Amino acid sequence: MSSKATSRPLPVMVIATVFLLVWLVIAAFPFLWTTWGSFKVEGDFFSKADWLNAILGPLTTAETGGSLTGAGYYGAWIQEEFWRAAMNTAIVCVCVVSISLTCGTLGGYALARSGFRYAFWFLFFALIFRAMPPITLVSGYLLPFFEWNLWGHLSTTIIVLVAINQPFTLWMLHSFFKNIPADLDESAMVDGCTRFQAFRHVIIPVMWPGVITTGLFSFLLAYNDFAVTTLLLTKENQTMVPKIVSFLGTTQTKGNVMFAVAAAVSITAPLFVMIMFFQRQIVSGLTAGAVKG
Amino acid sequence: MKHSTFFWFVLPSAVLMLLFIALPIVSVVTQSMYAAHEQVVVTVENCGPFGCTETTAVDQEATQALKEAEPLGRYVGTGIYTDRNHLALNEVTAAWFNADGLPDFGSSLMNLPFYRALAFTLTYTFIVTPLTIIVGFFIALAVNTVAGWLKGPTIFLSLLPMVVTPIVGGLILFWMVDARGVLGGALQWLANDPTLSVKASTGLTWIMLMIYGVWHSAPFAFVVYYAGLQTVNQDTIEAALIDGASRWERIRYVVIPHLFPLTTFVALIQLMDNFRVFEPLVSFQAQAHAQSLSYFIFNDLGGETRLLSSAAATSVLTIIGVAILLSPVLIRTYRDFTPRT
Repeated sequence: MSSKATSRPLPVMVIATVFLLVWLVIAAFPFLWTTWGSFKVEGDFFSKADWLNAILGPLTTAETGGSLTGAGYYGAWIQEEFWRAAMNTAIVCVCVVSISLTCGTLGGYALARSGFRYAFWFLFFALIFRAMPPITLVSGYLLPFFEWNLWGHLSTTIIVLVAINQPFTLWMLHSFFKNIPADLDESAMVDGCTRFQAFRHVIIPVMWPGVITTGLFSFLLAYNDFAVTTLLLTKENQTMVPKIVSFLGTTQTKGNVMFAVAAAVSITAPLFVMIMFFQRQIVSGLTAGAVKG
Repeated sequence: MKHSTFFWFVLPSAVLMLLFIALPIVSVVTQSMYAAHEQVVVTVENCGPFGCTETTAVDQEATQALKEAEPLGRYVGTGIYTDRNHLALNEVTAAWFNADGLPDFGSSLMNLPFYRALAFTLTYTFIVTPLTIIVGFFIALAVNTVAGWLKGPTIFLSLLPMVVTPIVGGLILFWMVDARGVLGGALQWLANDPTLSVKASTGLTWIMLMIYGVWHSAPFAFVVYYAGLQTVNQDTIEAALIDGASRWERIRYVVIPHLFPLTTFVALIQLMDNFRVFEPLVSFQAQAHAQSLSYFIFNDLGGETRLLSSAAATSVLTIIGVAILLSPVLIRTYRDFTPRT
């Protein structure tokens, strides 16, 4: 039975529900609309005559014979080789997540367990680095990378993304490790383990919830990045996000903006699945910093 | 933890951050003081049967050799900072003395690319941040009233705008407000003006970019507030109710003070993120109407001629801006960690 304090009078409920419905439409409708529209031809998705065309698709029926068409997807994935970009994104994401978690767990653990003053300064500088807009750093990379022939390789981009990720990863894992009682690894060390053995056998088995949450955010950063990938990769090994932007340049003229629409829907789909499975971790990760601050 | 153990544990992270964050900052500062080499010009005297003529030509080989010998360029000190594309000191002074009244001075400032970018960045930051907080707070209040089994799907849908790739989120909205898109069509119908185009109007572009900003970051504020709402002390609320506080008074005097520390957290993260606004400008292809500092750098870096020095100077100015914005957070963090004596 709910207490009187949490019961709500009717008008309040109505206002809250209406507001919420409006918000949900604003939040989700663009995705629905674009997903549906990606199966139409351009004349329907961008219809000056009647917005209903984008739903019913008379031109799509006239041009392709069916009311839905996969032409945009075919054009993007096969003709423009979007699959190559998707592979590159997969490589970048897997590498970035695994490397930044490896470095981050070691560093975050040490920062959480060290009581010395330099640990604080370390985190302090990480916070400053977190605030640097990535694009300002990229403008610092370009000249040295050109000079040393590092520019244009996937591996360079991966290392750069890991480094840009590191401050955030460290802060997040630092606060997760703080919540694991220090008695746990200290008792292992009393029993004769070295610090690393204690970490390996006692901490690693219990750290996974925190690591998964942090990994999700590392993944998002690598997957969603545009500034670094667009400026550090050549046309041949582009990832998905810069590839979509390059579609806009070339396809607008060819009248194939639908390639970009299809690619945009394709890049969003994995994110949908990810939120569905990891909603709880995302929410807890976003609040982890806030509850402490 | 022993010093040496600590050292080995943090070494990989420390090396990464040193090499790819700290050194680039140094590199940017250095780069910003060098300008690209001027082309080497040689004067050749051609003597023919009808007398001698002097022609000047660019010595490609020498130029190339110079570029290779000193890839940084030639040292110009603060020359790039004060040129027309950055702080434009001469132009600003001239505008100040020639302007009649502040509005006129403002409009001549808007003709200078750096100030235009700065104006947009600041406007964006200081309009989007408070709106995000307010919208996020009300979404959190509303989601809190929803029945248990509906909460999961509601949160799922609410998270979408934040998790989706910013470029893609921007594109999706951009396609919808296109003059032939569904929202663009609706706007034309509402304004009763079939030629209305968001893309063509500076004001509307700014508004759309800010709407995008709120749409993109409201979920973050929502999630933080929603988590905060779960920890509001129910006894205090009940006590306030017994004392005759209305619904709004309970929110105003119990819930909001409880959420206040979260607000500073959200505000600081949002200030940091909004100041670097970049992706939506790419998606909206808005460079004619709105440029942010980040976009300004991107513009210099991209394209055939990479204006590295110009980008570096803007980067340094941006970093200074971030430092100013961030100083309150840094001071607070420093105080939190300093043992109270």
